[in-house]
Amino acid sequence: MSASQTKSASSARPSAGTLVQHTWPWLAAVAVALVLPLIFTSSHALTMMSHMGVMIIFALSYNMLLGNTGLLSFGHAVYFGLGGYMAMHMLRYIEATGFGMPLELVPLVGAAGGLLFGLIFGSVSTRRAGVVFAMISLGIGEMVSASSLMFTGFFGGEAGLFGNREAPTSLFGIDYGPGIAVYYLVVAWALIAAVLIFMLRKTPLGWMANAVRDNPERAQFVGYNPVMVRFVQFVLSATFAGLAGGLFIIADEIITDETVGMIQSGIVLLSAYIGGIGVFIGPVIGAILVVFLESELSSVTDAWLLYFGLLFVGVVMFAPQGLAGLGFQWFAALRSGDWGGSMLARGYAAGTLLVALVGLVAVIEMAYHIFRHWNPQEPMTLFLVTFNATNALPWVLAFGVIAAAIAVYVVHARPMLKQAAGRKEGQA
Amino acid sequence: MLETITFSLLNGLLYGMLLFMLSSGLTLIFGMMGVLNFAHASFYMLGAYFAYTMGLYTGFWVALFLAPVIVGLLGAVVERYGLRQVHQHGHVPELLFTFGLAYVIEELVRLFWGNVPMNYRVPEALDFPLFSLFGTNYPAFRVFVLVVAIAMFVGLYLLLKRTRAGLIIQASLSRPDMVSALGHNVPQVFMWVFAFGTGLAALGGVVGGIQLVTEPGMAFMMGPIVFVVVVVGGLGSIQGALIASILIGVLQTFALSVDWSLANVGILFGYAVPPDSIFATLWYMDSTRIAPILPYLLLVLMLIFRPRGLMGKRES
Repeated sequence: MSASQTKSASSARPSAGTLVQHTWPWLAAVAVALVLPLIFTSSHALTMMSHMGVMIIFALSYNMLLGNTGLLSFGHAVYFGLGGYMAMHMLRYIEATGFGMPLELVPLVGAAGGLLFGLIFGSVSTRRAGVVFAMISLGIGEMVSASSLMFTGFFGGEAGLFGNREAPTSLFGIDYGPGIAVYYLVVAWALIAAVLIFMLRKTPLGWMANAVRDNPERAQFVGYNPVMVRFVQFVLSATFAGLAGGLFIIADEIITDETVGMIQSGIVLLSAYIGGIGVFIGPVIGAILVVFLESELSSVTDAWLLYFGLLFVGVVMFAPQGLAGLGFQWFAALRSGDWGGSMLARGYAAGTLLVALVGLVAVIEMAYHIFRHWNPQEPMTLFLVTFNATNALPWVLAFGVIAAAIAVYVVHARPMLKQAAGRKEGQA
Repeated sequence: MLETITFSLLNGLLYGMLLFMLSSGLTLIFGMMGVLNFAHASFYMLGAYFAYTMGLYTGFWVALFLAPVIVGLLGAVVERYGLRQVHQHGHVPELLFTFGLAYVIEELVRLFWGNVPMNYRVPEALDFPLFSLFGTNYPAFRVFVLVVAIAMFVGLYLLLKRTRAGLIIQASLSRPDMVSALGHNVPQVFMWVFAFGTGLAALGGVVGGIQLVTEPGMAFMMGPIVFVVVVVGGLGSIQGALIASILIGVLQTFALSVDWSLANVGILFGYAVPPDSIFATLWYMDSTRIAPILPYLLLVLMLIFRPRGLMGKRES
């Protein structure tokens, strides 16, 4: 149930149609989440999907800052990690003393940790927006990750801290030993968090956050204190990040100081941005994609971090609205019939760029083979072809394909695309 | 005691000057274009790697001049075809672009040069002890680094304050619209400032790679500290960057070399925290373990209490 529905309920009786329209994406997401482990049953897949759920909460909480309030943070992992550590200490405390907190509620300890540190650090960092906020978040992030070496009692030193998720009791008598039980716990919490974050967007606070993002002075004229709005959004966001951290330690049963580190902060930023910060679903898609790439691409190719960086740079340069934003845009254009006359030209242009991309992948893979393989002479297999990468032929071929594809795009496909788009405009 | 202080001061000064070489370019870029260039330290790294590889063929002295020029041209390309494209979407995408670029550059360096540190050595002509202090030899190369950094500061200062090009750059820092109205091509000025700034970072890399280390993680290690220097020093202020660099260099070196804790101070006043108290960890913490967080503490405090930095004229 979203706030917009309650609003429409007060003005006019909602027809069954609008209710279905508003809730079907949620129901579909739940259905997919419930069915997935029946298809992918390996423990590796279950772990990955649990991580996806954790990352979805984390990325959504991040977007409460960047997308909704316009605050660019480089240290959001602080709240994820510290929340995780709090939850881990609680888990260990339960194991040591038999304290009666059920496992289902342990993530709330993480959320409380996120809330606590959000209150502390938020009070000093949200007084200003923009670059100053970004820099303070960077400074706090570095300070916390550096202090993990100072306070080894809390952070467990380099080895990190371990816990046992089977030690606490369960509210519903579930045995959380197997990964599938943990997965469903993650799904349940992710759903609760996503619904809450979605509803928060529709509250007056959510709207004021948008106003503060777009024009703090006018927001002040309306009678709201931008600093207060930023602070409340920040604290709420840190709380959800802490919740994600609390779930993370249940899934992994271990936490190290990497979780508060700058790389983790970078990954959540990448996830939210690649998915798209302008639409609610964006960070969800970004989180799923990033966890999938992290887990699967790394076993396929050594160059996965390079692809990752290139993907990010590509999104920033050519699709700043993110993948989800791009999808919505295209869908809207398709439905309104803007593409009617230009579908062929669009497909043609996309095709040439895709061919260039294949050539680029070939070049990168061959370069990694030459530079990183212990024996470059060894034949490599790429796109079902086995060849020797030290020969000139595959290189000439790959660069030739890239050059030809780009040449076709610049000389023929792009003018055709422009012409098709121009004709459409001419008609209108 | 005197020995420790002298050496800490000298080494702190040296580290500070290296930081200055790294960050002086960024303070211009940041002050002028408002771009917090996350990839700045990556250009520093490229400078070190290029100079190392070039040095194998041409020797150190040619590489010292050529590597920064090549990296600077690379910077110009990045500005012209990357940043300027992203600029239309606003400041946040610009920043994120450099963030992604830093990832890509690090991966490319790992690809071409591998993960292990390079054997990037002091050139033979400078590989001798210049003088000895308290019976310890002081290497000539360190003095060379100091000289290069000072020459860079003086050159930059004169360029900005005494030449026509510097006048335009300074004007573009504060009033880009007006400069543009006077008929100067401001985007082109931006491009050359970016190229120049990355070139300076590369020069820092050529000597810093020898003095510190040349490995793929070096950019990630130095990146955040460079921001600290720029923010603490103040936007677009070369003198501020110099002061902040030396301050941070000396602060960190001292914290690393004196090995004190709050307990040492407490003893002077005849006070000690009981070891079982919750503050005991903090009280007995060695300054060597506090050293890594000092620059960031300085950054956060500075941003809270004086956001325009030591010498900055306006806020970011």
